Amino acid sequence: MTETIASTLKKTPLHARHCASKARMVPFGGWEMPVEYSGITAEHLAVRTRAGLFDVSHMGEIEIAGKDALAAVQRVSSNDASRLQVGQAHYSALTTFEGTFVDDMLVYRMAPNHFMLVVNASNIEKDYAWIAAQIREVGEAAAVDSSSRYALLAVQGPAAREVLQPLCTVDLSQLKYYWFTHGEVASARALISRTGYTGEDGVEIFVPPAAADRLWQAILQAGRSADVIPCGLGARDTLRLEAAMRLYGNDIDESTTPLEADLAWIVGWKKESFIGAERLREQKEHGIARKLIGFELLDRGIARHGYQVVRGDKPIGVVTSGTQTPFLKKSIGMAYVPLELAEPGSELTIDIRGRASRATVVPLPFYKRKG
Amino acid sequence: MAYPADRKYTKDHEWIRIDGDTGEIGITDYAQQQLGDVVYVELPEIGRSITAGESFGSIESVKAVSELFAPMAGEVVAVNDALRNHPEVVNSDPHGTWMIKVKLASSTDSGALLDASQYQSHLG
Repeated sequence: MTETIASTLKKTPLHARHCASKARMVPFGGWEMPVEYSGITAEHLAVRTRAGLFDVSHMGEIEIAGKDALAAVQRVSSNDASRLQVGQAHYSALTTFEGTFVDDMLVYRMAPNHFMLVVNASNIEKDYAWIAAQIREVGEAAAVDSSSRYALLAVQGPAAREVLQPLCTVDLSQLKYYWFTHGEVASARALISRTGYTGEDGVEIFVPPAAADRLWQAILQAGRSADVIPCGLGARDTLRLEAAMRLYGNDIDESTTPLEADLAWIVGWKKESFIGAERLREQKEHGIARKLIGFELLDRGIARHGYQVVRGDKPIGVVTSGTQTPFLKKSIGMAYVPLELAEPGSELTIDIRGRASRATVVPLPFYKRKG
Repeated sequence: MAYPADRKYTKDHEWIRIDGDTGEIGITDYAQQQLGDVVYVELPEIGRSITAGESFGSIESVKAVSELFAPMAGEVVAVNDALRNHPEVVNSDPHGTWMIKVKLASSTDSGALLDASQYQSHLG
């Protein structure tokens, strides 16, 4: 039984390396992925203080190219891609006609008429089908699911660029936040992007799958003196939550909009139009009823995804993510609450397995790096 | 890690070490590995009665929360308060860290408990 399930899970080019390195492997979004190497706390602290290496090859890449590629991206993506220069990336939503999230993604402008959307692993097929259908009427633009052509390694932490520099043909000190460039890393042809999902400085490196294992080992070797360690998805989750980065399927989904998720900045209000724009403009004009906020738990425990925010016996909101953060050493989380409770300082009650636990609304993000 | 022969185990990965009419209860190395970094251990009050096979508390790691199940029935006579501030010792020394001490209702179990080698086989 277990074998049947395991065999249907997809594997990244680094799967054998993770197993050989005794990482704890778990199913995640249809993939068998490392959840931890040395432990979530140790890995989390490594990224906050030094650097950590992640295999995020399960992420999807969908490329849109052609004469009308910009118009195609502008139709499906909420953010304004016309503001991207070649070599620049931004965060955006792939929206439904209701203005909710098909997915969240990074949009890379590879060339004037060539974009790459980096999407969540579990949504690749859904996103591709949606995009292909929605750009058909735009003109000359085609979408390609090129996910299998890339392995993706993330090096995250204050020491990330310094550790990578000796392996790299480009000057990483010149690479600005949310920009990318092409070059070689450990002799592998790579797209090098100063992005990440940890709230820390760092880079993400797209390479051909055949180069992934060599690059993985080269980075660990180069990072040995700085004590760079391999990290799993467990630490990736606690890191992104400290930085208040939203997780699709937890904090945002097809029932929530960028405004409710407090991500109005990823909506290109000045754009002519895009899928879901009307609904978002309505929401902006009339206001929202609920909002995603950050909270700190005052009582002991962890308020986890799906736990209810209550007033008396009545559910009035829902926790979308929660953890005990290894760095801040607090029990934190995010929740959708009625607007009147969304201000920092508001007191919340969260039902933790039958126990009414006190929490207070705090500003997001919980953690912000210096500089 | 070797599973000590001086105690018995549940299929839910708790252990109990019996000394006369009291038993010390903790979780196994396998359990702490599955949980990952432990951040909270929620334990009963002294004086509470616990029933074999039923939950007497919970243990929470960064990843997940799990129930703690009583290997045998009895009354809680001591609670390991050090776990309140240092829950991580459950990870570093699972077999040396008792969570509660219980005055046992009966010194013999129902026969459902495993010895060290049976537990090892249960883990496969």
